[in-house]
Amino acid sequence: MIAAILSLTVLGAVLGIILGVANKFLQVEGNPVVEEVLAMMPGSNCGQCGFPGCAGAAEAIVDGSAAPTCCPPGGKALASAIAARLGLTVDLSALGDDGPKIAVVSEELCIGCCRCSKVCPTDAIIGAAKQVHNVFREACTGCSSCIEKCPTEALVMKPVPITLQHWVMPRPLTA
Amino acid sequence: MGFMKHFKHLFGNDWGVHPEDHKRPAADQPVRVMPLPARLYLPLQQHLGGPARPAVLVGQQVKKGELIAEAQGAVSAPIHAPTSGTIVAVTEITAPHPSGLSLPAIIIEPDGLDEWTELNACADPFALDPADIGKRVAAAGVVGLGGAAFPAAVKLSGAKRSSVTTLVMNGGECEPYLSCDDRQMRDSAAGIVDGIRIMLHATGAAKALVGIEDNKPEAIAAMRAAAASFSNVEICPVPARYPMGSEKQLIQALTGKEVPADGLAFDIGVLVHNVGTALAVRAAIREGKPLISRLVTVNGQCMANPGNIEVRIGTLAEEVIAFAGGLKGEGLGLARRVMGGPMMGMQIPHWRVPVVKGTSGILAFDAAEVAAQAPDPCIRCGSCVKACPMGLLPLEMSARIRVEAYDEAIGLGLKDCIACGCCAYVCPSKIPLVQYFVHAKGELAAQGRAKLRNDATKKLAQQRQDRLAREAREKAEAAAKRKAEREAAAAAKAAAEASGQTQGQTQGQTQGEAA
Amino acid sequence: MSEILLLLLSTALVNNVVLIKFLGLCPVMGVSKSVDSALGMGLATTFVITLAAGASWMLDNWLLAPYGLGYLRILSFILVIASVVQFTEMFIKKSSPGLYQSLGIYLPLITTNCAVLGVALLNVQQQFSLFKSLLYGFGSALGFTLVLLIFAGLRERVALVRVPAAFAGAPIAFITISLLALAFMGFSGLNV
Repeated sequence: MIAAILSLTVLGAVLGIILGVANKFLQVEGNPVVEEVLAMMPGSNCGQCGFPGCAGAAEAIVDGSAAPTCCPPGGKALASAIAARLGLTVDLSALGDDGPKIAVVSEELCIGCCRCSKVCPTDAIIGAAKQVHNVFREACTGCSSCIEKCPTEALVMKPVPITLQHWVMPRPLTA
Repeated sequence: MGFMKHFKHLFGNDWGVHPEDHKRPAADQPVRVMPLPARLYLPLQQHLGGPARPAVLVGQQVKKGELIAEAQGAVSAPIHAPTSGTIVAVTEITAPHPSGLSLPAIIIEPDGLDEWTELNACADPFALDPADIGKRVAAAGVVGLGGAAFPAAVKLSGAKRSSVTTLVMNGGECEPYLSCDDRQMRDSAAGIVDGIRIMLHATGAAKALVGIEDNKPEAIAAMRAAAASFSNVEICPVPARYPMGSEKQLIQALTGKEVPADGLAFDIGVLVHNVGTALAVRAAIREGKPLISRLVTVNGQCMANPGNIEVRIGTLAEEVIAFAGGLKGEGLGLARRVMGGPMMGMQIPHWRVPVVKGTSGILAFDAAEVAAQAPDPCIRCGSCVKACPMGLLPLEMSARIRVEAYDEAIGLGLKDCIACGCCAYVCPSKIPLVQYFVHAKGELAAQGRAKLRNDATKKLAQQRQDRLAREAREKAEAAAKRKAEREAAAAAKAAAEASGQTQGQTQGQTQGEAA
Repeated sequence: MSEILLLLLSTALVNNVVLIKFLGLCPVMGVSKSVDSALGMGLATTFVITLAAGASWMLDNWLLAPYGLGYLRILSFILVIASVVQFTEMFIKKSSPGLYQSLGIYLPLITTNCAVLGVALLNVQQQFSLFKSLLYGFGSALGFTLVLLIFAGLRERVALVRVPAAFAGAPIAFITISLLALAFMGFSGLNV
């Protein structure tokens, strides 16, 4: 009885010490995977995912508490890139990705209040006070954080039109 | 036969396919010149690279050959009015593209006078500076007439910079059904050779090799006769096989050199141009005429009267067909409309699409020619591997693309695929292999754009944060400055007031203000 | 020398842990989606099995047997195996974060991989010397890695083809591995 307790205790203690020492030498600072995922994210910190900025979302995705599909501006492309990196399988159809969207100002409704341009994470909205505002198509990430700020509903999200330069031949259906 | 040495290594190496060429009788018909159509539709993007920018206003009168849209960016080409008339609109029209999407175009209503603008002709091109030739070719809006429509001047000046030694002229015309290059070589051999010599002068290349497939004996004879007095232009018949007219295959057949993967023809000192382009370059230099018309092959089982037609850029395919003699049986048997060649051309949704600079053919196929069939599973026969001129494994690549494993497909050489369609042509299961590759390349390009956009967004977000931080700092500094000024002013005021009073009171006042 | 070779061959092929003894099936089904992670898993398991075989031999011959503590065998073996796995996990996390991520939960689960404990216990049963038990462990681990790699390669190919909906996913994997097991049964013909 005593021999059993003693031997197991000694064994446990020895192995514990070895592991403790090893842990000291093999310590990993931070999580390199989180940083890799963060580098893939849009980085505009728009907050649509419900996390405080892209760093928070990257951490949540890596530890599994958020799906790779949680980033609306990143869309399908980002979700599949992250899933490939983390070796996850994601249901992209659940994303309901109907192509990228951008904000568009209806000029007859805009009163030039400047509220939208203050919240835009990429400074994509230009316009002075009391002047009609406009959205830079190239800079807008489609985060839609400006939409709810508009008092006159002059801002709407519209799908980015497909042009000849952006058209991709559809995948053959069968075979 | 001295020229045989050039492609000796090709025998016993059987890439490519040998489709029925269907070139005759269209190739043997004399060229017909099409009269002015009712309206001309000139898309602003007829070439690879950046679209042209309109340089005219609606309602403006233009002369034939006048610039109506200027090049925009490093790789681009200007567009000229194909006839004199009025600009009636700048609007969206259906693009000659399989997507059926629209693109902006300038619409001209001809006035019927067909009056030339002032032309900048040059009697002796060989006295011109090579760089000047490049500029004139660029100003004339000449693009590669083989189909890809790459701006010719960009290639010419690039060749000069990378000291190209050999000019390979592509008279292969390996696509079945097409015969416009064949026709031009038969009819204007002297002009083509002159154009080749101008190109040699512009690039500084020592010699030009003209590759012509051996199924065009008349063209070979005509070109030989025209080039007989010039030692630096050699006519080299090559075996007829598809895709002999592809840049990399033709270079290998003529020079024995292989273009490295991910490399350009420039890297091995070669520049490739189409023979039709040589004629356009000659017109641009000798006569100062911009590219405003081209030879188009009208062919296919549904075409009542196939042949080659000289068409002004911007003419609707509909009108070209009507001029050519219309479709058999009012187009009842029509199964597919194609612009360009049957292998690499584009299927178009309807005939109200204009001829552009790169349009080599207008083809109307019946059901027997299309032979559409639902694909069966891959039987791993390896026919596509044998046919692939680039030595790739189409069956393996397509299997990976089907499950969206694009990285693995790239590892198998997807980026070297020239989308010639040989694999799909030989596939006994009728698997649309080449469509998979075109799709995958488009998808990869889209992913690349998304990544660029992502990077740009990141930069913008960072700049905004920097700006906000800077503004906050400036605000704080300004506030501190104002406060300091206010205090100084108050102190001064107090000092003035206190000039007659005791010092103790002043101190008390300042302290009160600070609190 | 021929004895060594025979031992290696018979443990890796003829008495393959996975396909003949049916030990350690969990990681074979779980980490065989890509050849890369299968190779990583195979190497990690090889390391653990070999080390655990040696350590458990020492434990058994120098501590448990002399003091008559044979009844503590399974308990103490699990303790040793768990710490070897912990060490491996730390090592992989440090040296290859990508592999660490792709192995996921299956890395700590090497602890409960019955092939590891099975090999250690079989060693004791067969009364091997220290060198032979190391060899036995290494051979078994080689067999495990081999099967994992072959199976991962097969699954990569299966992923490229259209599988009838009823068989897609796990069912086709089970069918594939059963065919592979039949093939490995053929090796026992050498053992008559």
